[in-house]
Amino acid sequence: MVEIENLAVRFGGVIPIDGVSLVFASGTCGLIGPNGAGKTTFFNVMSGFVKPSRGTITAFGENLLKMTDYRRARWGLRRTFQTEMAIEQLSVYDNVAMIHEHSSAKRATRRADVLSAIEFVGLTASPKSQVRTLNVRDRRLVEIARAVVGQPRVVLLDEPAAGLPDQETEHLGGVIRRIPEQFGALTILVDHDMSLVSACCETTAVLDFGKLIASGPTAEVLRNEHVINAYLGTEEEL
Amino acid sequence: MGLVSAAVLLLVALFVLPAIAGSDWITTFTSVAIYSIVALGFSVLYGRVGMISLGQVAFLSIGVWAGTRLAYATSIPFPLLLVVVGAVVMVIGTLVGLTAIRLSGLYLALITLMFAGATTVVLSVWDFPNGGHGFTGHTSVPDLSGLENVRRPSVGVGDTAYYRYVVIVAALMFLLALAHIVSKPGRAWAAIRESEPAALAAGVNVTFYKLWAFALASFMAGVAGCLLAALNGVSRAINFQTQDSLTLAATALFGGVFSVWGALIGGIFYQLLPFLFEAQWGVNPNFLLVVFGAGLLQVLLLAPGGLADQFPKDMANLGRLLARKVPPTRQAAFGLGSNFALILGIVLIVTVSPLLGLAAIILAPILAAQALD
Repeated sequence: MVEIENLAVRFGGVIPIDGVSLVFASGTCGLIGPNGAGKTTFFNVMSGFVKPSRGTITAFGENLLKMTDYRRARWGLRRTFQTEMAIEQLSVYDNVAMIHEHSSAKRATRRADVLSAIEFVGLTASPKSQVRTLNVRDRRLVEIARAVVGQPRVVLLDEPAAGLPDQETEHLGGVIRRIPEQFGALTILVDHDMSLVSACCETTAVLDFGKLIASGPTAEVLRNEHVINAYLGTEEEL
Repeated sequence: MGLVSAAVLLLVALFVLPAIAGSDWITTFTSVAIYSIVALGFSVLYGRVGMISLGQVAFLSIGVWAGTRLAYATSIPFPLLLVVVGAVVMVIGTLVGLTAIRLSGLYLALITLMFAGATTVVLSVWDFPNGGHGFTGHTSVPDLSGLENVRRPSVGVGDTAYYRYVVIVAALMFLLALAHIVSKPGRAWAAIRESEPAALAAGVNVTFYKLWAFALASFMAGVAGCLLAALNGVSRAINFQTQDSLTLAATALFGGVFSVWGALIGGIFYQLLPFLFEAQWGVNPNFLLVVFGAGLLQVLLLAPGGLADQFPKDMANLGRLLARKVPPTRQAAFGLGSNFALILGIVLIVTVSPLLGLAAIILAPILAAQALD
């Protein structure tokens, strides 16, 4: 469980996150909102790249904000980025193994863990193939394999389906849905593809201009009037 | 394949070259091996971690200094001297790195170049290497001809034996770098090079691994410096100028920073070509700066992997073109033309006229630019 209490981020005069209190309980949770709503900033706070001006984040009973950024990965925080960041110079195996060797997982199980993470995401390319030779879909899958290897506790997925065609998004959805049961990790999914969010997430929270405007079961949230207005805009009488 | 080539090359370097080459060639090959180690340090920093350090020759000169002084002051065995000097330069390199790694890109390049400049100033003010007695020995006589030579290892007193010794130490340094590249630090460096935030999110302690790379590169430069001190006997400050760091960076990039072979090619360019120009062909070696500049531009425009990566591809392209298996593409034609202009330029400088040669060399990057889409 991840509990966010009164979280705020301030960049000079801009307040990308403004007093958000929210609980991500378990399973796969969605985090949606229009562009500029503060979703990636929230992930950056979780990762330690951005320091909040106030508020707390408690993850499985531990104060996440007190941990140094790179130690959060060792603790079990994983994330992917909007722009895919698999390491071009390394093979698929090494891309996944390097996360394992900086995690708290045992060295003895490295090979088996890495290969099972690669198998879990359904990557057809050989683990020995170089990442620079892979297509966009396979690179995205390598990123997911990196996010689930080595005893993850919280997995943050930032628009993992960006740029993928429908059929491949569907496969990715299947993979994301199985992360909590397979690895026991709480998964938070940010995406603009509502069918993916609906298919993967039991609960969803919605940010707009840095404020939480709705949260709850995904189907209810997507019908919420405020949410529809945030995405489509409202008519204003002049 | 790589291992077999490396083993063959090592055997040729150890047994064939000493049998066929004269003494001035052997001294040059010794320098090639030493400067390959320095270029290797540059490759680790830039090719693996993405940090441009323009101070590698400065670390080399500190290694020469520390090696000279420790050789005068102590009687420790030569292999131990190499390790101690490597460690001294590693500590200095790590301290410089501690400041430098807060910066990146152009700023890191500038601060390391300023460090190289400062080192040059200190060496000349101190009248390096200065004296032959103990660690702080001092002489006010500008003529250093009376100074005792820095000792060589007991198994490598003669020039050829010392050359073999240096080749073996260089091979060990290449193995040390490779051992890093294929293991945990190499993977962490690859992650940092791709993206620092992504590396942090992957659990990599970015500061620690950057410092590790700085420490490794400066250790290697220190070992190379100690080898150079013993090769020279008595070194002089005038031989270590700030711009040498730039030239070394250019030749390392020209050779290729993503493969360890590139460091060897860089060492050959940096030491063998000037020897060929000056001692063998009687041409001013300063013309080589233009060759390196044009070659560097060509690499930056067309072939970021340098010659180590591009030359085999170009030869394959040439083979396909000659066999008419594929129609010549614009890119392949201009790329090959650019290489041809560079080689032709060197041949013209040496045989016909330096001016004509320079004109051909300047054509190389222009043709390379045309090969871009």
